[in-house]
Amino acid sequence: MNGLLSALRTVGAMTIDGIWRLGFATRFLVAVLMHSGQSLRRVHLTIREIYFSGVLSLLIIVVSGLFVGLVLGLQGYDILQRYGSSEAVGVMVALSLLRELGPVVAGLLFASRAGSAVTAEIGLMKATEQLKAMDMMAVNPLARVVAPRFWGGVISMPLLAAMFSTMGIFGGWLIAVPVIGVDDGAFWSQMQAAVDFRTDVLNGVIKSVVFGTAVSLIAVFEGYDCQPTAEGVSRAITRTVVTSSLAILALDFVLTSFMFRGQ
Amino acid sequence: MTPPSDKPLVSLRDVHFAYGERVVLSGIDLTVHRGQLVAIMGGSGCGKTTLLRLIGGQLTAGSGAVEVAGRDVGRMSERELYAMRRRMGMLFQFGALFTDMSVFENVAFPLREHSALPPELVRDLVLMKLEAVGLRGAQAMRPGELSGGMARRVALARAVALDPMLVLYDEPFAGLDPISLGIVGQLIRRLNDALGASSVMVTHDVHESLEIVDYIYFVSNGRIVARGTPDEIRASTDPFVHQFVNAEADGPVPFHYPATPIEALLAGEAQ
Repeated sequence: MNGLLSALRTVGAMTIDGIWRLGFATRFLVAVLMHSGQSLRRVHLTIREIYFSGVLSLLIIVVSGLFVGLVLGLQGYDILQRYGSSEAVGVMVALSLLRELGPVVAGLLFASRAGSAVTAEIGLMKATEQLKAMDMMAVNPLARVVAPRFWGGVISMPLLAAMFSTMGIFGGWLIAVPVIGVDDGAFWSQMQAAVDFRTDVLNGVIKSVVFGTAVSLIAVFEGYDCQPTAEGVSRAITRTVVTSSLAILALDFVLTSFMFRGQ
Repeated sequence: MTPPSDKPLVSLRDVHFAYGERVVLSGIDLTVHRGQLVAIMGGSGCGKTTLLRLIGGQLTAGSGAVEVAGRDVGRMSERELYAMRRRMGMLFQFGALFTDMSVFENVAFPLREHSALPPELVRDLVLMKLEAVGLRGAQAMRPGELSGGMARRVALARAVALDPMLVLYDEPFAGLDPISLGIVGQLIRRLNDALGASSVMVTHDVHESLEIVDYIYFVSNGRIVARGTPDEIRASTDPFVHQFVNAEADGPVPFHYPATPIEALLAGEAQ
């Protein structure tokens, strides 16, 4: 009985803590947005963060996109040829990437590569009193440190997802056309005919913007909110990767259920 | 040393502060006159850093008044607080230099954030500040390449970049070798006088402080237990001051953390 009560108490405490953190993160988001004008006016600050979050994530995105495309090409051909429609492999690769794999996998990679780096940087700045020093110099850390990193992530993520999908389609083509021998014209023309700009491309872009916003918010929040110790920073980095990954997968389900029901 | 003027720059009157239930400061009265270099001394965890944070507006007093240049810091809006901090410099315990910037960029940071000065003028001002702390030659180095003493001097140059009216020092001597400690101590005194600023220094380094400061407050258990000029402190018969200045292990601050008497433990009664 006591064990059950204790378990219930733990679940209750975790739920209250979770709700409290969600509320705090929302207030934090409002504060970041309110301080964004100041940092967006000094555009070089955001461009610098786009470089760190976006450009430096390019390698992992490009290589992963290529491999995912190669696998999709192989698997797609294997399944489709059973039904005599191996030329549709281009359609399958493109739709899988644009609708789902591009935003989701790029988001997961972005969370592990850029999100964790942002949390670590802000967390270490907090642990070494750099944020306090900035505040004492009458420079608001939300405007100078947090907002540029948040917007850098929000802007980078859709571009990285687009790059991921592009490389994936290229990888699918590489396997299907030169290696397996699917007709080049059929590969591209079927893709062109089947992929709709609004339903497929635009929805994929919307997903990547939502994922980018979620990951960037989680990354800056965890860094800013961490315990200012080595252990606290390390825990915050872990939380960023875990929470971002779960948020991407959950949000993907919600968005997909709104975007593609019955189509 | 600059003679203190009559009108205080910083004044704390009957200040109380608590973190939740834990009372950190109670009934603090403290005054810093213009041009003065004042030290707040006391053991670790006695509340002296909290005192500095109250003056800087990072914390708000539970009751009492914390005034800087005649304005109550606790009642300021964020905008007013930031306006005050532009005229205030702070040196953090381990420098708190921005690790993604060079020494030059660190010192230029407050100038670039708060002024629209042309780059040539910023350059000249930064080099002047670095020259004052003897580190003009280290302008291109990164904070990770600096020794503890050098980092503290760069942070000092950054703290005085905007020619502040008040400089706050949080443990400026912590972890420094004797040479660096002497250099930093002399720099604090010289910069205070050269800028016509006032300074509040939180420290537990007695001997260096007695050499450079104008006035000292001793804090113990959240209260001011003694105060005076360095000469008065040296001559003090107060048991706490005597223990602190002479670094005695036992006295009003006991050597033993409260525990069951050893006799009772040996008699097997402590179980």
